[in-house]
Amino acid sequence: MEALLNQFFNLDIMARALPLVLTGLKQTLLLCIVVIPLGLAGGLLVALLSLVPWRVFRWATILAIDFFRAVPPLVLLIFVYSGLPFAGIRLTPLAAVAVAFLLNNSSYYGEVYRAGIESVGRGQWDAARSTGLTLTQTLRNVVLPQAIRNVLPDLISNTVEVVKLTSLASVIALPELLYSADMARSLTFNTSPIVLAAGFYLLMLWPLVRLVSRLERRIAS
Amino acid sequence: MTGPILDIRGLRKSFGHVEVLRGIDLAVKPQELVFIIGPSGSGKSTLLRCCNRLEEPNAGTILVDGVDLMDRRTNINAMRRHIGMVFQSFNLYPHLSALSNVSLALRKVVKKSRAEAEALALTALERVGLREKAKSYPSELSGGQQQRVAIARALALEPTIMLFDEPTSALDPELVGSVLGVMRELKQDGMTMLVVSHEMRFARDAADRVIFMDHGLIVEEAPPSQIFTSPREPRTRTFIAELTR
Repeated sequence: MEALLNQFFNLDIMARALPLVLTGLKQTLLLCIVVIPLGLAGGLLVALLSLVPWRVFRWATILAIDFFRAVPPLVLLIFVYSGLPFAGIRLTPLAAVAVAFLLNNSSYYGEVYRAGIESVGRGQWDAARSTGLTLTQTLRNVVLPQAIRNVLPDLISNTVEVVKLTSLASVIALPELLYSADMARSLTFNTSPIVLAAGFYLLMLWPLVRLVSRLERRIAS
Repeated sequence: MTGPILDIRGLRKSFGHVEVLRGIDLAVKPQELVFIIGPSGSGKSTLLRCCNRLEEPNAGTILVDGVDLMDRRTNINAMRRHIGMVFQSFNLYPHLSALSNVSLALRKVVKKSRAEAEALALTALERVGLREKAKSYPSELSGGQQQRVAIARALALEPTIMLFDEPTSALDPELVGSVLGVMRELKQDGMTMLVVSHEMRFARDAADRVIFMDHGLIVEEAPPSQIFTSPREPRTRTFIAELTR
């Protein structure tokens, strides 16, 4: 029992690893600040593109969405970071993560937004257009506010997934939370830094997970 | 004598292979209340929805206040504010208060300041007797109240004509009266109105003219006293007998 505690919950080692793990946490937060708004914006763009009445255009968008949802994000990330240099495109780890996540997340967020837009009835469009609002004004003032409210739990759930996926950046040596904790583990030959990192993920995401549950219950009632 | 507010000629509309409107000619004079009746699927609602091009006609001309809606150069959004529309299912914006429902287009289309738009919206809500409900959200209002807010939303834009698409069909019977009351007042104030509805009693005392449509054509039109008591066409007679049974 003692040995187990020592290996996983060694407070001494956690304290020693803390500065390193905290720099990792900072990197993870930075990644989130870059990647989440990009995904939210890209997803909205994708959802709006899939509404365009030209059939060829819509098919192209759907094909792109399907493609980036089917390709594992890790494959995409390694392709962008380690593959593209052979085509003369060399990105920093942060830029590579931003690009790979933009492609992957836009597809997921896009599908969520699209479901939201479709949940707003035809009558809302009719009413808005009949008063002279343009297509853009109708989207901005009438349809999107309702669409986003209807799929808010899914948007947040998806964001939780995105935060978790930022740990993939460790694979291309971006020193984010998992990477730093794993470095501390290999330096100390002890698992406690990993447990510490897991604790930080939990601290960040648990409130969001709770929020999703509450929102879902509110919408259901 | 001024010309008609709404002048429709040779209007045709198809959905796929089904021709829903097969050549409609209809003129509505200023301050006139024209009623459209007819069996479901006769094209009444489609006709109404063509009048502000929510539905794109395949052929024909539509003049509103002398402006050709089908003309490429006509700014349809600018015209639509002059063509008020009220829907069967109200279609209020559920995320906005009654006041914001009414003031949204005033701000975005007419480009009024927020204060001006809200003052005008309050006046419109007052006209439908709901000034005190300005802060309420649609979900907090009865069906009749929602429909009156929807009327205020159209009214606030000072339309030259108002289109009503079965405005009372989604209401519980005891709430119909309040909506018809507002429409009656609009008529007294001189609003030009084109109404699709089966409220026969209302048609009898308020309408200037009743139009019977069937299979995408106008079959008969006459003053209400005449069409309800002695319709010329057998199809009209059958329909009205069915309705008043």
